[in-house]
Amino acid sequence: MKIFALVIVILCGALLIYGTSDFPAWGDPASPASTHVSPYYIEHTIEDTSVPNIVTSVLADYRGFDTMFETIVIFTAGIACFFLLRVIADKDRDTRLYHHALTGMTFRIKEGGKLPEESKEFRRIDSDWVPYDLIMKITCRLVVPFIQLFALYVIAHGHHSPGGGFQGGVIIGAAAILFALSNDLRSAIVRCSEKLAALFYSVGVFIYAGTGLLCVILGMNFLDYGALAKILGVDPVTARSHGILAVEIGVGIAVMGVVVSIYYNLSSAGKHDEGL
Amino acid sequence: MGDLVSKFVTTYNYWVYIVLMMIGLYAIIVKNNLVKKVIGLNIVQTAIILFFVSIGAKRGATIPIIAHGHGEEVHAVHAVDYINPLPHVLMLTAIVVSVATLGVALAMAIKLYQEYNTLEEDEIQAQAREE
Repeated sequence: MKIFALVIVILCGALLIYGTSDFPAWGDPASPASTHVSPYYIEHTIEDTSVPNIVTSVLADYRGFDTMFETIVIFTAGIACFFLLRVIADKDRDTRLYHHALTGMTFRIKEGGKLPEESKEFRRIDSDWVPYDLIMKITCRLVVPFIQLFALYVIAHGHHSPGGGFQGGVIIGAAAILFALSNDLRSAIVRCSEKLAALFYSVGVFIYAGTGLLCVILGMNFLDYGALAKILGVDPVTARSHGILAVEIGVGIAVMGVVVSIYYNLSSAGKHDEGL
Repeated sequence: MGDLVSKFVTTYNYWVYIVLMMIGLYAIIVKNNLVKKVIGLNIVQTAIILFFVSIGAKRGATIPIIAHGHGEEVHAVHAVDYINPLPHVLMLTAIVVSVATLGVALAMAIKLYQEYNTLEEDEIQAQAREE
């Protein structure tokens, strides 16, 4: 079996390598990929959209429809993870560990036992809980706000520098995951609940599709942001730039929600109780 | 022979991606563990992303952000000065989508593990046949 697979793989690779003999050389400015639509994008982005970052203008304007469905793919992936894994189990049916901060004692409460009130001194812990991870906790707590701020910068500055909704959304989602890793899953869920994450990714897709629909209502094509000039009170080219920003914000919110939601479901196998 | 060497020097980037892709393909075919198969899929995906990004490269060109400043006169933009933005756009979305689909793949692996208590493909198939 292994030899058979190796033969297939080597044959396939040899065919592909043979195919590269017709490919343009690396960095060739006259290669087919660089001669058809891409010169138009590069030369007309300023006059069409007034966005200097061509990647952003192609992403959200020239190929806006494609990006909308990419966002919907991510949304669908988030929902698929939820439906595959989430179990809404009766939460009182397992053994739980509690830690008393003043005495340093750990209590194990078995199935059906009376659960104590949660308070600052008396809180629930994971089974792999370690007592003194203070440095990690405090460092992550200090770093997380700056990561989030940077993510907002990446989203908002996507017009003029490398960045945009996808990147910023992933960064802000990563900040939430860092928090969940350094503390525990439950305290992350307290701050950003599963419902809030689901709301985020629905709202993100809604902002994207809604911006497109707004353009239809204002009498132009779907996702033709020039139509927004009528409500924004600017010229159509600037309106395109603003439309791109609206769409990027939608993408950022959607990606953030999906990343957080997938993490919650994967790390706890859908129980949302004890995470990684 | 000299022809082959000169061809390799100008297009070796494609060779690297093909080798990477074949490593991934081999993992998908041969590996028994589902997580290793998922890793193989991701290697193939990475090879394709690298391939697309390398297509966008242009010798002597800079990143696809038009040079600009406050209050500057707008001057003519030449396509040769900026690398091709299109592959970057496609791969930008593909990377995030790959993370999301990786999540779905792992979710299915977790579900299979809960069902069969193993992630080895042959054991899962043996158990499925028994039922």
